Amino acid sequence: MTNLLTVENLKVHFPVKGGFCGYSDVVHAVDGVNLTLKKGETLGIVGESGCGKTTTGLGIMKLVEKTQGTLNFDGADLDSLSPAELRKTRQKMQMIFQDPFSSLNPRMTVNRAIGEPMKVHGMGNKTERADRVAWLLKKVGLSPEQGNLYPHEFSGGQRQRIGIARALALNPLMIIGDEPVSALDVSIQAQIINLLIDIQKEFNLSYVIISHDLAVVEHICDRIAVMYLGKVVEEGTCEEVYANPRHPYTKALLSAIPYPDPDRPRDRIILTGDVPSPIHPPKGCNFHPRCPNRQEGCDLVEPDLEMKSPGRKVACHYF
Amino acid sequence: MQNDYLLNVKHLTTRFHTPRGVAHAVNGVSFGMYPGEILGVVGESGCGKSVTAQSVMRLIPEPPGRIEKGEILFGGMDLAALTLRQMRKIRGDRISMIFQEPMTSLNPLKTVGKQIGEVYALHRGVSKKESLDKAMEMLEKVQVPEARRRVTEYPHQLSGGMRQRVMIAMALACDPEILIADEPTTALDVTVQAQIMDLMLKLQDQHKTAIMMITHDLGIIAEMANRVVVMYAGRIVESASTRVLFHETGHPYTKGLMNSVPVIGAKDAAGNSRLTEIPGMVPSLYELPEGCSFAPRCPHQNKRCRTELPPLFTVSPGHDVRCWLCESACEKGAVA
Repeated sequence: MTNLLTVENLKVHFPVKGGFCGYSDVVHAVDGVNLTLKKGETLGIVGESGCGKTTTGLGIMKLVEKTQGTLNFDGADLDSLSPAELRKTRQKMQMIFQDPFSSLNPRMTVNRAIGEPMKVHGMGNKTERADRVAWLLKKVGLSPEQGNLYPHEFSGGQRQRIGIARALALNPLMIIGDEPVSALDVSIQAQIINLLIDIQKEFNLSYVIISHDLAVVEHICDRIAVMYLGKVVEEGTCEEVYANPRHPYTKALLSAIPYPDPDRPRDRIILTGDVPSPIHPPKGCNFHPRCPNRQEGCDLVEPDLEMKSPGRKVACHYF
Repeated sequence: MQNDYLLNVKHLTTRFHTPRGVAHAVNGVSFGMYPGEILGVVGESGCGKSVTAQSVMRLIPEPPGRIEKGEILFGGMDLAALTLRQMRKIRGDRISMIFQEPMTSLNPLKTVGKQIGEVYALHRGVSKKESLDKAMEMLEKVQVPEARRRVTEYPHQLSGGMRQRVMIAMALACDPEILIADEPTTALDVTVQAQIMDLMLKLQDQHKTAIMMITHDLGIIAEMANRVVVMYAGRIVESASTRVLFHETGHPYTKGLMNSVPVIGAKDAAGNSRLTEIPGMVPSLYELPEGCSFAPRCPHQNKRCRTELPPLFTVSPGHDVRCWLCESACEKGAVA
């Protein structure tokens, strides 16, 4: 299978004012990320707040200016495309956002919100578009009659369904979901997860699911990339990474999840301290100040993300 | 047994009178808390778990809210009948509360030392110097590194986890009998959540404070609570010891909730990852359905469920379920 998406050495840095005597500082939000996504595959990007997972998603979508790196999507280098070509390619990559309340225009009926991308990209005529909107609404579990309503008349779960219908409107190849179920209650979350799985099968979509919830990611993803402070620290198939995490951060992250079974023995690795500032990331390995397995040299030499076993990459000197 | 309760809430009914109509947030909730236990209150948004806690603390904004009925018995008093002045003496001293978002519950204009010390000074009438010493002691107790420096800092200088530690320090300064924790770790990252849960369990062990742990996360319940109350649409639908709740789940809603949570390592052999979903949505609190509130979403509902509200049936000692299906399972007349 060929790669649908290849991200090489993606860096996104944001300048910030402040710092000593007004010298400007730089937030290293994404600091050299390599990712690949095959057709029909689901890649999960997990990590805690501030690890750069959202910025990675925005960088891939070209919704933020990248500082460095190359993006290759569906056989084309996104940087080499003309603005017109880029617009065409963009149809094939869509995004679903976390907050279904702020990602829909409150003044647009649902029909308009879903139909607008098609209008912008000149797809079909008016009646064809209206038919497609009705068809999409049915696909995501809403009724076509609800298309005349405004976003505020829907619950959070229903709004997320609208967001999914809108993302599907242009027949995309890839959908990036940024925390697509985090704002929802568990019973609704399950409905949306199931919907995402169903439409992936039906439309042969590739997903990048960005989430802080490791259980959700395990449920829908084939592969997972764990990020810490702008870098990927471990990558592999979901099965392997969850069964046998190798990077000390992945281990701690997995052990920290509260498990809904009162009889399960707790062998929790409790990390000390907080995530360091991405303005002044630590020297050497980013994780060394909090690492329970820190050894000599970890604070000096930065480990590369290396293939440690087939399909398994880890950025650690010792594991 | 009932006399051992530290806090005994009886038939609590809290409503909000809004321009849209009357929101039935809490509808006849009764439960008790023993000294030193961790009682989990679990449910989805709008189930009334936070309003129940705010009613106990008498923090319901009045109007539009009102405690319409019920008693909140604590230390020989009915908290629901106290004047606000009397209640202020109890709040922060004998019962205190921590909230989900520590940034909005701390005063951005005061140093954390001042804020922690203030509670202590107010209730114990000590000097400024003593209250600051107490603040430092509390910060050390909640494992804030460099407590001496931190007392002079402002909330914005702290990370989310540190702020929640400050909130806990403030809540525990007067050594309360009950700590109400409303989603205390929801806004935090998992590794920080693990730190805070660990800290709360340690402090609970040292001080024997009873904790009411309000959360939507069944994982937190399983790891922390001794007993659990499950709420749906403003009513308790099931209550049991944690182990019984997970192993002998009685109510269809509780079952649905447990099945809809993605659990790591729970994919079946074929890699099938579909979750069992609860169809539909939570009913509006403005117009609750007749009969059982869960009936419209329930796979087992019948005609009776839609017309008649089931009482809490005691299916085994300490295990109550609000479902007609349990009527036959419980001994005759054993209605909680």
